Amino acid sequence: MSHSLVTMSYIVATILFILSLSGLSNQETARKGNYYGMLGMTIAIVATALSGSVTVYGILIAAILVGGSIGAKAALKVEMTQMPELVAIMHSLVGMAAVLVGYANFLDVHTSLGGVEKTIHEVEIYIGILIGAVTFSGSVIAFCKLSEKISGKPLLLPGRHWFNLCLLIASVVLGYLFLQQSESGAGIVPLAIMTAIALVFGVHMVMAIGGADMPVVVSMLNSYSGWAAAATGFMLSNDLLIVTGALVGSSGAILSYIMCRAMNRHFLSVIAGGFGSGTAGEAAVVEGEVQPIDADETAALLLAAKNIMIIPGYGMAVAQAQHTVNEITKLLREKGKKVGFGIHPVAGRMPGHMNVLLAEAKVPYDIVYEMDEINDDWADVDVSIVIGANDIVNPSALNDPNSPIAGMPVLECWKGETTIVLKRSMASGYAGVGNPLFVLENTRMLFGDANTSMQAVLKALKG
Amino acid sequence: MKIGIPKEIHPGEQRVATTPEAAEQIMKLGFSVSVESGAGLAANISDEAYQAVGVEVVADTKTLWKQSDIVLKVRAPERNLKLAIEETDLLSKGACLISFIWPAQNEALMQKLAAKHTTVLAMDSVPRMSRAQKMDALSSMANIAGYRAIVEAAQYFGRFFTGQITAAGKIPPAKILVIGAGVAGLAAIGTAKGMGAIVRSFDTRPEVKEQIESMDAEFLMLDFKEEGSGSGGYAKTMSKEFIEAEMALFAQQAKEVDIIVTTALIPGKPAPKLITAAMVESMKPGSVIVDLAAEQGGNCELTEKNQVVVKHDVTLIGYTNLPSRLANQSSQLYATNLRHLLTELCPEKNGVINVNMDDEVIRGTTVIKEGNITWPPPAPKLSAAPAPQTEAPAYPSVLEQQKKSLLPPSVKQFLPLIIGGLALFGIGAVAPESFMTHFTVFVLACFVGYQVIWNVSPSLHTPLMSVTNAISGIIVIGALVQVSAPDTTVSALAGLAILIASINIAGGFLVTRRMLEMFRK
Repeated sequence: MSHSLVTMSYIVATILFILSLSGLSNQETARKGNYYGMLGMTIAIVATALSGSVTVYGILIAAILVGGSIGAKAALKVEMTQMPELVAIMHSLVGMAAVLVGYANFLDVHTSLGGVEKTIHEVEIYIGILIGAVTFSGSVIAFCKLSEKISGKPLLLPGRHWFNLCLLIASVVLGYLFLQQSESGAGIVPLAIMTAIALVFGVHMVMAIGGADMPVVVSMLNSYSGWAAAATGFMLSNDLLIVTGALVGSSGAILSYIMCRAMNRHFLSVIAGGFGSGTAGEAAVVEGEVQPIDADETAALLLAAKNIMIIPGYGMAVAQAQHTVNEITKLLREKGKKVGFGIHPVAGRMPGHMNVLLAEAKVPYDIVYEMDEINDDWADVDVSIVIGANDIVNPSALNDPNSPIAGMPVLECWKGETTIVLKRSMASGYAGVGNPLFVLENTRMLFGDANTSMQAVLKALKG
Repeated sequence: MKIGIPKEIHPGEQRVATTPEAAEQIMKLGFSVSVESGAGLAANISDEAYQAVGVEVVADTKTLWKQSDIVLKVRAPERNLKLAIEETDLLSKGACLISFIWPAQNEALMQKLAAKHTTVLAMDSVPRMSRAQKMDALSSMANIAGYRAIVEAAQYFGRFFTGQITAAGKIPPAKILVIGAGVAGLAAIGTAKGMGAIVRSFDTRPEVKEQIESMDAEFLMLDFKEEGSGSGGYAKTMSKEFIEAEMALFAQQAKEVDIIVTTALIPGKPAPKLITAAMVESMKPGSVIVDLAAEQGGNCELTEKNQVVVKHDVTLIGYTNLPSRLANQSSQLYATNLRHLLTELCPEKNGVINVNMDDEVIRGTTVIKEGNITWPPPAPKLSAAPAPQTEAPAYPSVLEQQKKSLLPPSVKQFLPLIIGGLALFGIGAVAPESFMTHFTVFVLACFVGYQVIWNVSPSLHTPLMSVTNAISGIIVIGALVQVSAPDTTVSALAGLAILIASINIAGGFLVTRRMLEMFRK
């Protein structure tokens, strides 16, 4: 394949990727968008494989087949509740690949560059490996936190900002050493030390971030994986990689920004970690008595209601209650009730987590509403059911300036007639904040595993 | 301990302090329960119904009082005309009495009860806090009174409440004004709305506006700023100017509405006179006024306590026993309030009460402890009213502290721009032509990404992330161009990178497809 033809294929692939992302921003075009992406990827790979720079096909085909089948198997087997973990581990793979490509490029001495161009090339390798390594170790920790292999609590080392600063300075110094030594063809030692430092930095960064901020972390790592690809593109002077990396990078950055805004948190303070530890003043202590309710009474309340709103949270994912919830929804809709779902932007552990779970359970997406769509209509809601959510329905975010989540927009379900909260126990949410909603006069608590409770309610509704 | 429930002797009182259901629960706490024969008849509860759950029915009033360690009553003790004896004298020495007492108005009664070394818990003194709501008999009775007020009004009002258009003509809906939106007022609003009337309501406490509107009634705004909330969620006396503005509003409303329900009470004071004789006169013939404050002198000048009178063609209802006119319902709620109080008093469930004066609810309710008058209680720590404004300035200082920074805000705002500009200048100064071409592509691609992603629908965040994940597998291209290098290390590294990136590509696209298949209308 001639060089121009390859470039042309890359342009086509780039356009397809842009179409893919724009398709994915809308429900109707999303499926088409995904196919554009697949097509773009196929064109890019085939064009590269047929170009002059590839001469050996054995390893290539074997690696693609093995890798592809592992990926396909994982994709078809994964539970929808484990989507955040899958996404996190896939970010780590991109980071890993970026590191490997960077090293391969460094060791490949066939480049014929000199002067400033060579220096810039070395800097590109250095930065590409740095970003790749941070993405890799950060995503692995995020994966472990999400799959609860390690605690979701933020790990706050004393003087952690200084520690980060030292790592940054060390990276800069090593970069200087690397540039000097690579003049003479050496430089692998500072590069390796920097990789180790970047790995430590990635671990430390994600360890310091609390579980409630996980949606931000996941989208931030998504962004990093894009930047890693873009850096690789600079390294290889490959515009396709640069464009695609930049697309993914900015898309992840925007998602992180949306998540931060949904929690009224500053992006830097999320990255710096330590949720809830920096607020001055005592948050108001929640006092009062909760009013428990049982499944039969819940069913009776639902049958008496006309307008029902369901607010799912991470607890629904943990209990795998989405199918039971859908059954209840169907039953209630058959009885002529208006049932809707209110989704907070940071519900769950990943952007859009709840939507995916509800879609899996075949809840029609036109009754699933965003927070902004419904937050003014709570007065018309007769019964709202909060399933395993806590911080996103916490009134103290609005009326207690000392609360760690003060200012975060929340679903104002307490403005409805009655709120039923499903909860395993009276423990506080991931953010470790007490919730005055539970002791409000019009709140009833249904204790127990969300799925078991919902099944009991379903039975009571049928019976 | 033995609990006794005598028959109420106050004229017209039809309630009884316990029901068979409540008695059953009380006995589970370890108490034994006796009622005076016929105590529940007026509330449609027969002696047999009590006996069926194991309650002892005692025929003789004196025996019942004598044998009881705890006496549950509705009304405060008074003179039993039939036996010609004071109920306080019937109460055995050192016994415990739980009933409405109104200690502020009944000084002599308090002295008499104290002299007998009794312990007295007044149901009218249950503190107003969330934990005590289940024992708040004033609220449960007020709820019934509000309901009954509308039912009484409906009886004397000559028209439908709801508007109708029938073959025989159009019927306008009744217009009802509810003054005072406490528990009774809100219950009246709800009942009237339920019957289809147009309801307006007025209250001096601005925080109840939301509650009134939540009942679908109209809140009448007074163009006047004055905070009307006293402590404990009750109203306080307002200034002269406020009252004048208020009276003007009522005078105007009186001409429009068909029914006025007044529930304005200020604790420990005579009821404020809100409806003057002139206002009554200005009302349409056939209108009805229900004065729930008749006991404290009435909100309307023309109300006659315990009477229904017609003046200026307006029916004025001054019943003071509205809960009693719904005796079965109010007995049930009152009995449940008492049962909850007994549960608090007897946490061990051993049939012995423990008047724990450290418990805020019990402390507030107890007006006489073993012959010592403990009324009035110290002010409760928690109140149903919003916290006073003086506590607010605690946080602006925190905000100010956070805002304080080394740099003035104007510089801080431009700092990223300045740094970014310098960085770009630095790159441009040293970078060669070839790099700048790539850099152009990079910057433009960032902006395309921003434009494309900005309007993504939140429900698609997860599929978007997994598809970008797959797309960032494009890094495979970097590995592909290196896999054919002669150096085995390089080609091994590149091969590994291809493998990893392929996992990403296949996994990312397929899982996205799987997810998108699930989204459906």
